[in-house]
Amino acid sequence: MAVARQSLYRSRRLKLQLFRGVTFLLAAVFFLVPIIAMLEFSTRGNHNERTLEYWQSIFSYPDLFDFNFGPAPSAAIDASLELALVTSLAMLVLLVPTMVWVRLKLRRLSRILEFVCLLPLTIPAIVLVVGLFPMYIWLGTNVSDSILTLAFAYVVLVLPYCYRALDAGLGAIDVKTLSEAARSLGASWFSVMWRIIVPNISNAILNATLLSVALVLGEYTIANNLLYNNLQVELVHLERANAGVSIAVAVAALLFAFVLLIAISLVGGRPRRMRSEAITSFGTGPVQGSAG
Amino acid sequence: MSQRQGVEVRLENLVRRYGPVTALDGLTLTIAPGELVALLGPSGCGKTTALRLLAGLEEADGGQITVGGKDITGLPANKRNIGMVFQAYSLFPHMVAWENVAFGLQMRRVGADERKKRALEVLELVGLGRMANRYASQMSGGQQQRVALARALAIRPQVLLLDEPLSALDAKVRSRLRDEIRRVQLEVGITTLFVTHDQEEALAIADRVGVMQSGKLEQLGPPTLVYSRPATPFVADFVGLTNRIPGEVKFGGVEVRGSQLPLVQKDVPTGPAIALVRPEAVTITGSADGDSGPLVGTVIAVAFLGAISRVTVDLGDLTVLAQLPTSAAGDHPAGSRVRLALRPDPVLVDRHE
Repeated sequence: MAVARQSLYRSRRLKLQLFRGVTFLLAAVFFLVPIIAMLEFSTRGNHNERTLEYWQSIFSYPDLFDFNFGPAPSAAIDASLELALVTSLAMLVLLVPTMVWVRLKLRRLSRILEFVCLLPLTIPAIVLVVGLFPMYIWLGTNVSDSILTLAFAYVVLVLPYCYRALDAGLGAIDVKTLSEAARSLGASWFSVMWRIIVPNISNAILNATLLSVALVLGEYTIANNLLYNNLQVELVHLERANAGVSIAVAVAALLFAFVLLIAISLVGGRPRRMRSEAITSFGTGPVQGSAG
Repeated sequence: MSQRQGVEVRLENLVRRYGPVTALDGLTLTIAPGELVALLGPSGCGKTTALRLLAGLEEADGGQITVGGKDITGLPANKRNIGMVFQAYSLFPHMVAWENVAFGLQMRRVGADERKKRALEVLELVGLGRMANRYASQMSGGQQQRVALARALAIRPQVLLLDEPLSALDAKVRSRLRDEIRRVQLEVGITTLFVTHDQEEALAIADRVGVMQSGKLEQLGPPTLVYSRPATPFVADFVGLTNRIPGEVKFGGVEVRGSQLPLVQKDVPTGPAIALVRPEAVTITGSADGDSGPLVGTVIAVAFLGAISRVTVDLGDLTVLAQLPTSAAGDHPAGSRVRLALRPDPVLVDRHE
């Protein structure tokens, strides 16, 4: 009896493992084949020989990369990296305090906040451009014509994704009780935010950052239509002149995104692993509203 | 014993409204230095609101709060120096126990070494010195609430507020922690306001119990007095169990099913009224097979509560709870006919049905 059941379990486990393996393999093929094809294409010369010519020439296009990071980057890669940074920071500064405040003091506004934040998801980028165009003309003549002004539009663009990520993080902790406890212990609102809320939603903040970085690095429509040269726009330009280099840059951008992803998740993962099981049941304690 | 070194807390005519709802309707309450007052009442009676106003977590719409003679009505929560333990588990999940306890000291810019030393001392006071390096998720509910108590006490607050700190715990831990809170409170000698909907908790722990209803204090007094001499029918109903038996007020007393009982209230007009009789004032005098009378009925349930038992008797037109020693209750199983007697304790009467 017991033996039969054990063998049943074993065959079930085997089946499950097989299923997992096959799924993983299919997913890997799906993702890797195009990348390998791109790698292959970007390392093949005109006479079908192996060459790193295209890869080496990435740095010889000043429109693409010129290691001139500053308030007005002239090269596309520099601009996209700076935009990713500025957008992520602006998004966090805007969204985290607002969402916490709404949870604490203005619960009735939470539906409206959610609606506003998710709105950009329903508006196609091209429609957004139509609305943004006059504003950017004004911005270009009165404030700055730096490509970094795109960050305004990008913050709007990343809002829905980051809102969702942060909302999940805030939902996992009892924001109200934790901040009231901190307040009663003498913490200012800044301390409540910085010492209590942020450390407890650090993973959500990382996720939101990751999403916004990935989105900004891959953005084409708005930049192109507002006549700015970010990475994706430059790649399209380049493709017409030199497809090999264009593909090489695309692969490089992908690899960069992977590295960033892994780096961010390592940074986010480390403190948790150090605390072992302490954190695994994070925020699962019974949470009750106060009555009476 | 208690050092009574706390400060006096005065709530004067406090009003708090939530839109059309008045949660606190002119609450006035003075807590003596070092005293533990429990506010007791059903959900929505305003007891938690009173506590939150005192903590500064909400603003009063009217009235005044003074602590140690100083008006703190307009002071924000982080400037009040009031320790609070919450109903929900409120330990900071990213800090271990001692870091939680040291947080308030950190906010007061106490040096790192001194902070840790004092945190460990207070954890020792609540009996959790060995848990100092645990995260909240590695502790039981009772332990978490004890750390929360330590955290509230570590800042050496003028007042300690307890917002139903035991309601998320199971019964056994609850009564143990309840006594623990009382011990620590007496040891520190801190003025304490304890909010609960559990009357047993309030009666067991408090120097004085305040019973609240609809944003008002119905009665404030020592537990024994609140229980044995409830000031209003609401208090009688809410604190302890009460039989509501129809009777008639006459000759300065109330006649209930043939028994004349003295009255608590004075100047009650004569006429029909409901007498509020405690189960312990109802006794079973003996079996009454085939007998009849105003106080003869059938036992329909016997609830065993340890040393005492509570017997439900059907008198035909109403059921009455009687309380008697378990040894005596054994003689009257469900279904048997019994004769009851009412002890002539002073009772309250309620004129509303």
